[in-house]
Amino acid sequence: MIRSKRSKAADYAIALICVLLIIICLLPMLNVLARSLSSTEAIIRNEVLLWPKGFNFSAYRLVLTDSKYTWSLAWTAILTTICTVVSMVMTILCAYPLTYRQLKGRGFFNTMILFTMYFSAGTIPHYLLYKDLGLLNHPLVLIIPNSLSVFYMIIMRTFFYSIPDSLRESAEIDGAGPIKILTSIYLPLSKPVMATLALFYAVGRWNGFSDALMYMNDRKYHPIQLLLYNILNAVTSIEIQTQEGFASMPGLSDTIQAATVMFATVPILIVYPWLQKYFIAGATLGALKD
Amino acid sequence: MKPTFFLKRRSTINYLRKYWSLYLMLSIPIAYFIVFRYIPMTYIQIAFKRYSIVQSPWEMPWAGNNGFEYFIKAFQNLDFLYALKNTLLLNFLDLLIGFPAPIILALLLNELAFPRFKRFTQSVAYMPHFLSWIIIAGLAKQLLAPTTGLINVALNRLGLGPIPFLNDPTHWVFTYVFLGIWRNVGWNTIIYLAALTNINPELYEASAIDGANRWQNIWYITLPGLRPTIFTLLILSLGNILSSEFDRPFALSNPLVNSVSNVISIFVYRYGIRGLQFSLTTAVGLFQSVVCVIFLVAANALAKKFGERGIW
Repeated sequence: MIRSKRSKAADYAIALICVLLIIICLLPMLNVLARSLSSTEAIIRNEVLLWPKGFNFSAYRLVLTDSKYTWSLAWTAILTTICTVVSMVMTILCAYPLTYRQLKGRGFFNTMILFTMYFSAGTIPHYLLYKDLGLLNHPLVLIIPNSLSVFYMIIMRTFFYSIPDSLRESAEIDGAGPIKILTSIYLPLSKPVMATLALFYAVGRWNGFSDALMYMNDRKYHPIQLLLYNILNAVTSIEIQTQEGFASMPGLSDTIQAATVMFATVPILIVYPWLQKYFIAGATLGALKD
Repeated sequence: MKPTFFLKRRSTINYLRKYWSLYLMLSIPIAYFIVFRYIPMTYIQIAFKRYSIVQSPWEMPWAGNNGFEYFIKAFQNLDFLYALKNTLLLNFLDLLIGFPAPIILALLLNELAFPRFKRFTQSVAYMPHFLSWIIIAGLAKQLLAPTTGLINVALNRLGLGPIPFLNDPTHWVFTYVFLGIWRNVGWNTIIYLAALTNINPELYEASAIDGANRWQNIWYITLPGLRPTIFTLLILSLGNILSSEFDRPFALSNPLVNSVSNVISIFVYRYGIRGLQFSLTTAVGLFQSVVCVIFLVAANALAKKFGERGIW
């Protein structure tokens, strides 16, 4: 490709701006990581910038020996796994039949589903419905009500559309029914987009807390983010101790807060590089119009 | 008539025999939408009725003023008026500052001459999108703390006074907007970068022959290529001007900045779920949903008038 006249200096200037952006993206995490590994005295003396001072793991040890915190981590992991599976099943069940252009009533179902994307009843009607259904304070309220995202369903369907109809038709001639076609053609071909959507659902559940805040009073079932919120908004270590049961000494609150933030972040940072190549494809598919 | 009737019936039977499993599959998500999206809509009538805990929404008595009692009450409620103002202010600033940011970043990345470094920059820039607002609030609290935070420590060493990023209403508004950009700017470039790959490379070759410089390329080729995407996203953003996120203001707010951080979603949470004023908050939610739909339809119509595709 012929390129226009470009000055080398401008190329390096742009690269420099990008380096600055990378620093801005990573700086907060490096700083908090450093604080979580530092001694409390060093933090109080404002010595910790990007490298831990007085290196120690005591904050992590304290967090990991706290049964409330470890239970919350485990519960959120269980919850995330269940939610991701349920959501993926729902998404496929919804997207796959709608790819059949000859399906009678398809237009009606499509409109019915899309309408919910633009108009929602609001928080309180949902709250009252869960109350009437007996879902309030039941663990299922964190799983079922938001198990299907219309937006992700559309991404899935767009991907299914890209699979040629001729594949399906030849399978139909061989006598395969819709379920057989789904499991032997559509699902194997959709692995990348399924990985993407599973990641989106999993991250959404891992990061979500507002449903638990509103519909779940039982602290046992609070996901990690809500526990984190309570820890972060406790002003002093004594308050952390009384609110969340951390046995702690004065001045430790900063490192504990830093360590808890790192704990909730690390799972995401671990899966992120692995799934990166998938989600970009998924995110652009969503941009397509039906 | 008879033969065609039988033929039709036979084809219906054949059709069902072939595709019944599709309906079986679809019945689960459709039931989900009916129960969790459409039945809540029947509860909207609570906005026009006096809530009573022992009656179903259909049996509750109508509210005063032809049922609009709670809408009038909402607009007489100072907390709600503040929430309305804050919602509009924060969304407007998000639109003004946050909307162009990913476009600029996408143009920048597009001009970046080193492909491997570009990929690395993208990977790093997408990452904050995967952090929850609670975590971001935690990071911000540690980083921006008035005396111990990294930023203020650095400012102190430079001889500048500490800035109350999170503890003063005016500063908080800009911190809120900046953190929104920090989290989403990289992620939002994905759509623009995808649109950029659809621009015909011959256009750049032709412009090179004409001796166009970098700015002319951006202005006459790249930006026009992004125009449909920009318009679509602008419509969606305008449609969301009165919508309010919950996680972000809730996680970032603190008692010192309640005057600017209380948005409609938080008002509904405080007055409805914690305060049990269900009729009032349902009315507020309905007002918000209806305004959102009106804005979306209007923005879409406007875009079509300007010759853009619109979102439907």
